[in-house]
Amino acid sequence: MISFKHVSKSYTGTEKAVNDVNFEVEQGEIVIFLGPSGCGKTTLLRMVNRLETITEGSILINGQDIGELNEIELRRKIGYVIQSNGLFPNMNIEENVTIVPDLLGWDKKKKHKRYKELMQLIGLDPGEYRKRFPNELSGGQQQRIGVVRALAADPPVMLMDEPFGALDPLIREKIQDEFLQIQREVKKTILFVSHDIDEAIKMADKIVLMRDGEIMQYGTPSDILIHPKNEYVSQFIGRDRAIKHLSLRTIAQLQEEIGLVEIDQSIVDSKQVNVHENLKDTLAMLLNQEADQVIVHDDNDEVQGAITIDRVQRYLHLEMRQKPAQSGGKEKVME
Amino acid sequence: MNEYLEYLRINASYIWGLTVQHIELVGIAIIIAIIIGVSIGIYLTTNEDLAETVLAAASVLLTIPSIALFGIMIPFFSLINQGIGFVPALVALVLYSQLPIIRNTYSAIKNVNPAVIDAANGVGMKRRQRLVRVEIPNALPVIMAGIRTAVVLNIGIGVIAAFIGAGGLGTLIVQGITRTDMYSIVTGSIVVSLLAIIADTVLLLIQKRLTPKGIEN
Repeated sequence: MISFKHVSKSYTGTEKAVNDVNFEVEQGEIVIFLGPSGCGKTTLLRMVNRLETITEGSILINGQDIGELNEIELRRKIGYVIQSNGLFPNMNIEENVTIVPDLLGWDKKKKHKRYKELMQLIGLDPGEYRKRFPNELSGGQQQRIGVVRALAADPPVMLMDEPFGALDPLIREKIQDEFLQIQREVKKTILFVSHDIDEAIKMADKIVLMRDGEIMQYGTPSDILIHPKNEYVSQFIGRDRAIKHLSLRTIAQLQEEIGLVEIDQSIVDSKQVNVHENLKDTLAMLLNQEADQVIVHDDNDEVQGAITIDRVQRYLHLEMRQKPAQSGGKEKVME
Repeated sequence: MNEYLEYLRINASYIWGLTVQHIELVGIAIIIAIIIGVSIGIYLTTNEDLAETVLAAASVLLTIPSIALFGIMIPFFSLINQGIGFVPALVALVLYSQLPIIRNTYSAIKNVNPAVIDAANGVGMKRRQRLVRVEIPNALPVIMAGIRTAVVLNIGIGVIAAFIGAGGLGTLIVQGITRTDMYSIVTGSIVVSLLAIIADTVLLLIQKRLTPKGIEN
């Protein structure tokens, strides 16, 4: 667990880059620091491994004040990934990946074994890349290497500073998925800086939304989208917050809440969709008018019913108004 | 032409002796200059205030005409009975080499990609580890370029050392001028040029050899 207690940072005199920040991060969570440039999110992140000094307050990792630890040892226990080109150009891929184990004095055999494991984790052939250098790799590959380098010594905590920010959208999405997959296996406590609201909604267990060094809101993506705490938050997340929220829900969840509609057998032009598809993509599909009817089936290809824009809209109505409206909503469906 | 070849034949061992002397003088000067210059350059990266002053001083040094510098050294080195000859020439060459070596070392290390330095700190390298494992390897091509400049510069300036009795290929040129001996002047000049070209090529090969594969271009 990581606790931020009254953490402040000022470079000169009065102006504070980070101002009295308080929150806690549970073990195994991905917490994303979100906000516009200059909001202090990167500074806050870099205070955790003491690349930035803490002016006031303290940061505790599992109850231990990081200010009391040796900073070199602290950094070796915290994985660190940065936006681009954080790889050492003079070292080959194996040397890059195993740099922290090397600094920690692991023997050659153990390092090589770890290297192979890590490369398999990201689906790159250990033998093929071993002697290659960062400049021979594509941007996406470099970033993957950056991620596994941070994982090399199996640190409980990872800091990631816009790790996928420099990648083009298609590759970014792929690497995000891949990273979530890895996280499901390794379950690190991850602090992640981003300025991209969609990335935050997709990746975060919780979001810390910042402005001018202060926390505007701290909560789950769903929480922030449904209940933005103030004007600034709702502006930042955008007018389409309801639509964004749909990306966090699946057809299965809608089915459980309000059920699907019956299939109209007279319609021939229909399209199939999996019950685990998220509602945002489903809505997009409906709006695209790709077919007269969209039929939902489960993983065993059994037909569950059909979904319509009206259904999604009703579900959204319940979600956005949340609990109080729930019973009324259900009755309407029965009619 | 035949006459010139005859001159070369008769003087071959003399010319060779002077060439060896020249190489010795420049070689020893460069080794000392590298040790001092690279150390100062690295140190300056940790001390910004001093860096400007030292770089300015080194620039001034390079503007002093070489013959004047050799002259200035005589009274000082007379104090230890080394007024003329090998020692003052060596010192002058070491001083001349400082600017290219210090400046290139300093700016090469300063110009290592900040993201790479950040990563080095972030993975928990100590300052010395960062220097040896990251900064110097990445700065190496530029440091080597500075050393090459210094070597070529020194081979040229080494000619002037003949005026204060340090020997070397300058002797051929100085004697040639006083005796209006064209062959001697030409021979001295050609050998000096060849020496510079060969030294630069050899150093370039060494530089390529030392440069980590990942930072070529």
